[in-house]
Amino acid sequence: MANHTITLKINGELERLEVASNLTLLGMLRQKLTLTGTKNGCHAGECGACTVLMNGEPVNSCLVLAAECDGADIVTVEGLAQIGRLDPVQEAVKDAGGVQCGFCTPGVLISAHALLERSPDPSEEEIKDALVGNLCRCTGYFRIIDGIKQAANL
Amino acid sequence: MLNVHPGLPSFDYILPGSLAEASAFLAQHKDDARPFMGGTDIFVRMRDGFGDYRYLVDVKKLDGMDAIHFDPLEGLTLGAAVDMNRVISSDAIRDHYPLLVEATSKVASYQLRSRATIAGNICNGSPAGDTIGACLLLDASLKVHGLQGFRIEPLDSFFLGPGQTKLGPGDILTAIKLQAPAEGMVGRYIKLGRNQASDLAIVGVTAVGYPDRDRPSGYRIRLALASVAPVPLLVDEVETYLSGEPVTEERIAGAARIAQEACSPISDVRAGARYREMMVRNLSQQALYSVWKSLEAAH
Repeated sequence: MANHTITLKINGELERLEVASNLTLLGMLRQKLTLTGTKNGCHAGECGACTVLMNGEPVNSCLVLAAECDGADIVTVEGLAQIGRLDPVQEAVKDAGGVQCGFCTPGVLISAHALLERSPDPSEEEIKDALVGNLCRCTGYFRIIDGIKQAANL
Repeated sequence: MLNVHPGLPSFDYILPGSLAEASAFLAQHKDDARPFMGGTDIFVRMRDGFGDYRYLVDVKKLDGMDAIHFDPLEGLTLGAAVDMNRVISSDAIRDHYPLLVEATSKVASYQLRSRATIAGNICNGSPAGDTIGACLLLDASLKVHGLQGFRIEPLDSFFLGPGQTKLGPGDILTAIKLQAPAEGMVGRYIKLGRNQASDLAIVGVTAVGYPDRDRPSGYRIRLALASVAPVPLLVDEVETYLSGEPVTEERIAGAARIAQEACSPISDVRAGARYREMMVRNLSQQALYSVWKSLEAAH
């Protein structure tokens, strides 16, 4: 199986890596870079636990090959907080009680970030629509949605 | 048999430098190479143990694949690599093909649509494809690159069976061409899933209509069905039926019964065949009624 050398930006840092053809972006983040914030829920692009930003847009990293990421700009949940401080979306979702087991949370935060970037004052419908691909078994979504509304109002 | 494990099986990722190179490679390895765009269908199949490909050929970055071009006379040329979110947010497509936007918006989730493409939806050849009905009713044709160079394939004869299309060794879909929309065209896509969003269609109903004075009814109204036949189903009998006499609620109901007769659904993990048949009738009724009312309102 062929290996590929890729150069890409991850949370602002330039990385150069050698990856096997069949390594997913998810696998690369967790196994090669120990960025374990991004989770594997279904490995089928349905649950969104693996959501990261790729060139500014949320993607299911379980369905992206690392080899496809040469030259890409990747942001994971680890890239949201500034040193010593959670970012406003993290703070708001946390304060709203939108985190229970926390497994869906990294993906939710990435989707929420992208939403507020493209639509700074979203309606509840828009928030729900943006979170369609982020499944949560714990919270029932209400407090997640509240948190995102709070973050939007800042 | 399901073989669920966290990674993908072994294969080689191939990034060709040109369409000629890509077609040649695909033809040379016709039994174990496959082109891919967003990979949102193929990676899932491979993870589950279906699709034993030695080579996956990334054709996203090749010439012209990324362009959206609209001309009022020629219509739309949609590059095969344009992801679904770009389709949904494109001004040209929103202005001239709102039905395509509606259908594409119903696919999966935002993050999946960042990678998925309408071209991939078509080439995957699933009768459940949400965007295929809209493409059929917008008279899509496909610009395919193969060993002989470029050719045009009409979409309405493209599907041969579940997951089977007219694409052969070396073939790559490079663009989808839609004709300029008819004056006053309205469309509707209704998708029935197990939940309100992100599921595959149990039944998908696409309807279009536009004023047509050459028809006794004054309208041309057409219907396509997803997930209820071996292929995406264009129900010509509905068009004929709704052309012949003025459209009324009774005629709409009649057309919905014709749609129910025309479909041949199977039972699968998402729904039973009998339920699907009944939903074809109900949702065709709704979609056709909605289109008819919009047409009447515009007059």
